[in-house]
Amino acid sequence: MESGKVTNITSERLDPEAITAMVRKDSNGATATFLGTTRDETDGRAVLHLEYDIYPTMAYKVFETILDELTEKWGIAQAVIAHRYGHVPIGEISMVVAIGSPHRKEAFAACAYAVDRIKEIAPVWKKEIYGNGAEWVGCHTDENNLALRTQK
Amino acid sequence: MIAHPNVTITVLLFAMYRERVSENCLRLTVEHPATVFSVLQQLQVEHPDIGPLVEHTLVAVNQEYAEGDQILSEGDELALIPPVSGG
Repeated sequence: MESGKVTNITSERLDPEAITAMVRKDSNGATATFLGTTRDETDGRAVLHLEYDIYPTMAYKVFETILDELTEKWGIAQAVIAHRYGHVPIGEISMVVAIGSPHRKEAFAACAYAVDRIKEIAPVWKKEIYGNGAEWVGCHTDENNLALRTQK
Repeated sequence: MIAHPNVTITVLLFAMYRERVSENCLRLTVEHPATVFSVLQQLQVEHPDIGPLVEHTLVAVNQEYAEGDQILSEGDELALIPPVSGG
């Protein structure tokens, strides 16, 4: 992976300012940063905190593949995907995607694409802990379709 | 007649699989032909609690998504990927 494209998986708090700084460059007129943050309710149920499980070796490969897709599609050379795992309190950041690009059209498009792709194929699982139980998100879905996940 | 050797692989478990099996990973010896599909069959026999999860599970072999007919080699790392919810 070229030095402008970075992936990070950590159980520590993510620092969006530090991550955004990594994609800043004098030749980039646009920087787009997405923060995925943990919400306090799902379908009317109060969520106390979240637990993220992850398959690190594969997650790194998937993140690197996605970053390469950003280069193929929009010529992106500065991009960071950072994902937190383990216990994440409500209101904290579970994921940061930061993109630098000469112009905003590519930065916005690449950022949205990267977030959607991560949610589609990254081997990461979120468990919501409620007052009266806990549930792995998406465990009742019919959308876990390999063809969908591997098409670009 | 050529003898087809058994294949020993590692199976990684995550999320609800980890909870149902109470393990992070299993070592499995599978008879020839060792495919992703035959591993899933064998796992369900050995761990019946995972039965309801398998329909919505994808499989990765050596950290790449794999189809059911993929042939496995000795030492491969297989991972059960239930519906993901990252990001």
